[in-house]
Amino acid sequence: MTPELTYRLCLTLSAFLFAVGVAGVLIRRNAIVIFMCIELMLNAANLAFVTFSRYLGVLNGQAVVFFVMAVAAAEVAVGLAIIVTVFRTRSSVNVDELKLLRR
Amino acid sequence: MSAWIMAAFMLVAAVGAVMVILHRNPVYSALSLVLTMFALSAIYIMLSAYFIAVVQTLVYAGAIVVLFLFVIMLLNLRNQEALKESLGLRAAVGALLGALFIGAAGGTMWAVLSPEQFSQSAEVFKDEGHTESLARLLFQNHLIPFEAVSLILLAALIGVVVLIRFRRPPSDNSEESNDA
Repeated sequence: MTPELTYRLCLTLSAFLFAVGVAGVLIRRNAIVIFMCIELMLNAANLAFVTFSRYLGVLNGQAVVFFVMAVAAAEVAVGLAIIVTVFRTRSSVNVDELKLLRR
Repeated sequence: MSAWIMAAFMLVAAVGAVMVILHRNPVYSALSLVLTMFALSAIYIMLSAYFIAVVQTLVYAGAIVVLFLFVIMLLNLRNQEALKESLGLRAAVGALLGALFIGAAGGTMWAVLSPEQFSQSAEVFKDEGHTESLARLLFQNHLIPFEAVSLILLAALIGVVVLIRFRRPPSDNSEESNDA
């Protein structure tokens, strides 16, 4: 494999991971699994950043990946806390059953 | 040789990602997510992003997925909760839309690299340890975002404690719990 083909494959894998994450958010109804799919999408973006950083020969992409990881960690912590709180009151994590805000 | 190893890791990452959304049991989904994270970490190493690879393993596989597993076991979801989710028509439509999206996005990503632009994989990556230059970049050019990230982490910490700490009974009105 030439390096260029490697980069192309990495970017295609990134698109694939993102698409799988979107599909998971759309078809799954378990809130925890939906969060995992969000993580998949963030990782797809990270992979694209790292690939372009390597391709263009600048390190800025890796710096952005570092920030994305920190924000993802914070987001998961808060999101899982919200899920636990919801589970305490509703005793379910099925997002179809959470319609308190719907009229 | 290393190209084939990389292709193998790409395959592992893709299969793991698909397993995340196809398993009914969230525990298996989380374990598939670990698989994907490790494969991505290996791919980062082969793209010579060593620091990012280590952080990926530590933060994602080590912290985030463990947090997921912890919450899954804390909630103690019974089997019927997992089985209630039927993947019938919705899965078919989702697979169709997903395939379309994969085609569009993958094609775009495949075509986005122009061959004449591919010339210089610059000297930054030639030397073994460019973690030092990454640190220089983080602490000189991106210092303010770096500090902002520390604020975000602090806010998440406090937010989680606030969310979890004040327990409200199920039949409570919102009046009473607001003063917490």
